[in-house]
Amino acid sequence: MLVLTRRSGEVIKIGDDIEITVIAVKGDRVKIGINAPKHVEIFRKEVYEQIIVENQEASADVSVVMEWMKGMKKD
Amino acid sequence: MKISTKYHGEMELEKNNIITFPQAIPGFPDEKEFILVPLDEAEEFVVLQSIANSQLAFVITNPFRFFKDYDFTLEDLVVELLEIESEKDILVFSILTVQDPFDQTTANLQAPIVINNKKKLAKQVILNHPDYRTKHPLFSKEKHKVGKE
Repeated sequence: MLVLTRRSGEVIKIGDDIEITVIAVKGDRVKIGINAPKHVEIFRKEVYEQIIVENQEASADVSVVMEWMKGMKKD
Repeated sequence: MKISTKYHGEMELEKNNIITFPQAIPGFPDEKEFILVPLDEAEEFVVLQSIANSQLAFVITNPFRFFKDYDFTLEDLVVELLEIESEKDILVFSILTVQDPFDQTTANLQAPIVINNKKKLAKQVILNHPDYRTKHPLFSKEKHKVGKE
């Protein structure tokens, strides 16, 4: 991994069209600004990973829903 | 063409009904084609069924029926990817994480499924919105709020 040290207000450029700005540093929190072309999707990594976990959980067997539907029809 | 489905057995497949996820669904990079199969007569709950993998299916629902205040803006990226020309072509669904008992089921409001129903293109959009998480109880007080309308 490339490691760079930056101060508040300084910028990192990635390729021609992505810029990452350190906006503020406070304790262990860093506020970062990102300029990127609109086709580049930007997420917090843990959010993306959480979506994967949730999708996997959601695709598990849900025969319970079928049972519930059958119950509804009887009502 | 016939396909096997997780919850509906073997089904006749209309090619025009195939929905393509050009970027796949996070966690399932190999599955890009799905169909919608209603679970109940009221079509309140729908199955998003993978065409290639009969065992892969999600139960989804219209989130606006359950969460009155649910609201988000589609990024240009999504509008372009899904070739959206008109708002009326858009369908929005939330993936449900079904629980036993069913009333404990949660909806993923952080990553809705957005479909351009005209072009049959879809994407699971991840929202950078602090209020929307992956597990919102489906049958909470919000549902009653919806009922008041």
